[in-house]
Amino acid sequence: MGSIFNAQQIVNGLQVGSIYALIALGYTMVYGIVRLINFAHGDFYMIGAYAAYGAFFLFNAFFGGKSGALAFAALAASMIAGGGIALLANRFAYKPLRYKPKLSSLITAIGVSMFLEYFFSALPMIGPSYRPFPDIIPKVQIDLGIATISNYVIIDIAVAAVLMVGLTILVRYSALGKAMRAVSQDKDAARLMGIDVEKVIGYTFLIGGAFAGVAGLLAGMTYPRIFPYMGIQPGLKAFIAAVLGGIGSIPGAVLGAYIMGLAETFASAYNSLIGEGIAFAILIVVLLVRPTGLLGEKTADKI
Amino acid sequence: MKKLATVIVLILVGISLAGAQDIKIGGIGPVTGEAATFGISTKNGMLMAVEEWNAKGGLFNDRKIKLIFEDDKGDPAEGATVYTKLIQQDGVAAIIGTVMSKVTLAGAPICQANGIPMITPTSTNEKVTLVGDYIYRACFIDPFQGTVGATFAYKDLKAKKAAAIFDIGNDYTKGLAENFKATFEKLAGKASIVAYEGHPSGATDFKAQLTKVIAAKPDVLYIPDYYNDVGLIAKQARELGYKGPMVGGDGWDSPELVKIGGSAVENGFFTNHYSPADSRPIVQDFVKKYKAKYNAEPDALAALAYDAAYIMFDAIKRAKSTKGADIRAALAKTSIDVVSGKITFDANRNPIKSAVIIAIKDGKQAYKTTVNP
Repeated sequence: MGSIFNAQQIVNGLQVGSIYALIALGYTMVYGIVRLINFAHGDFYMIGAYAAYGAFFLFNAFFGGKSGALAFAALAASMIAGGGIALLANRFAYKPLRYKPKLSSLITAIGVSMFLEYFFSALPMIGPSYRPFPDIIPKVQIDLGIATISNYVIIDIAVAAVLMVGLTILVRYSALGKAMRAVSQDKDAARLMGIDVEKVIGYTFLIGGAFAGVAGLLAGMTYPRIFPYMGIQPGLKAFIAAVLGGIGSIPGAVLGAYIMGLAETFASAYNSLIGEGIAFAILIVVLLVRPTGLLGEKTADKI
Repeated sequence: MKKLATVIVLILVGISLAGAQDIKIGGIGPVTGEAATFGISTKNGMLMAVEEWNAKGGLFNDRKIKLIFEDDKGDPAEGATVYTKLIQQDGVAAIIGTVMSKVTLAGAPICQANGIPMITPTSTNEKVTLVGDYIYRACFIDPFQGTVGATFAYKDLKAKKAAAIFDIGNDYTKGLAENFKATFEKLAGKASIVAYEGHPSGATDFKAQLTKVIAAKPDVLYIPDYYNDVGLIAKQARELGYKGPMVGGDGWDSPELVKIGGSAVENGFFTNHYSPADSRPIVQDFVKKYKAKYNAEPDALAALAYDAAYIMFDAIKRAKSTKGADIRAALAKTSIDVVSGKITFDANRNPIKSAVIIAIKDGKQAYKTTVNP
């Protein structure tokens, strides 16, 4: 049992959970505001990874390699690309269907997802095959005795934590956050109060997309292999994490993501042949007991 | 009109008389389509073998080889057509082909039904030779690599304890892992496999399994995955503090492996059909001749096609006959030294042969050793 429940496995689970959390936040924010499951969200993550990859090589070619500056360029590129593509998807695919039946936007989201995957694998500079992701920051191993961790683990967990705290502060204390909460409660009332609802929705997509972009960068660094379909599986897992935590709830998404990460790790360590199955069984049990998720509020309409 | 008919008949008789000396052999490979580079290497290998045998005076009684090569385009339907064409229209005595298992599986029943001996150079699917007693192959089947990997780990790397991690959704890697486990346990004892972990297809994080694997302190880690997973697994294993050697199968054979895995795949070894760096004279001679003729380094497909042709020609020579049944009987008694090793056949017409071990050293592939089963 020592090799299953130990400090190393907790670190492993937290690292996986951090990446899920960044993606899950976007799912939950968008759902909270427009009641849309944005299935293309995993692809924003993929685009973030490719943007970081491109920025790294461009920056390296023109300015040479200072790893701090390179990391910053990659981070900025992933956030801009992830946020930008989310804004575009919202503007051209979701906005025209905003007040149409829910099912139309849901199907459109699946369409956007497939479009992004196939479009990117058709682009000659991206292509369908795997690409090795560069080591943006030199890897350092730290042996703590009870666990061996690399600086990448620390970066993954720290970046996720900083962004999550930042988002919480933004939603709780800023004017934009207040507007977001208002729109999520009642769009019409918010509009009557003088809130530009579409603008707030746009910001929500922008922030969610940027978070997915960062997750893409972190995933690229941690698992150095990127390809146009890389967003499907983490996207699905993060969606499940968001549902587990209670979709629409920001702390819920984070909690759900860490539970998923840890459950998956422990389950795979316990019995790797049925590992994933155990993680999903946990989800089913939680949803049977609490259909709205761990921190979810009761709402009348669900998809 | 009558005259013309007579002329035609005379010409036909003339052709058949002149051609009576040559023995027609069919060759098949996908020279166009998705596996075009495989097909071209295969054709090159076969042509070279034919040239060498004809220069030595042919198969028997001075009868030379006339190779009729057809393109299957990597498509099973197309494959069935060209197999039928070679047998019914050209009347070949035997067929060497084809490359991809799915196409070979379409052609093998046709050969079996017509009593035409066939040898595939590279179709690794176990079912191919189970079609019938006229169907042989020159390459080893996938699970065999697990056996060789275990032998290498035990004898050359002196490992006493081994661990394996494999893709539970893929028969290739599962088969290799199962055979590795069985052979290693036979060599090193019952409890010698200290961890045996699967991972789902498409996974990117293997740390849960690897933490468990490394806690079991294996002397060697067996990773029979494809190169893109191997790169990630190796990196994460090193990150978690694993310093020992890693062994895998021919799924590692790609330049991308080092690009993804970086320095983590150093001290890695994999089994393969053949290596151009193999120091045996027969290999060096083949590489030199191939380079001179085609101006390219021969890959495993070229080597196996060359070998398949040699095995078939050797059988016909010993049979001293072009009858299917005679050639088949001779094939069963094959014992020949070829580029990819010394070959005999087992009861299922799969070759019993050696495999080469290739090491990853300083980011490059280097020939390590040849392992006999």
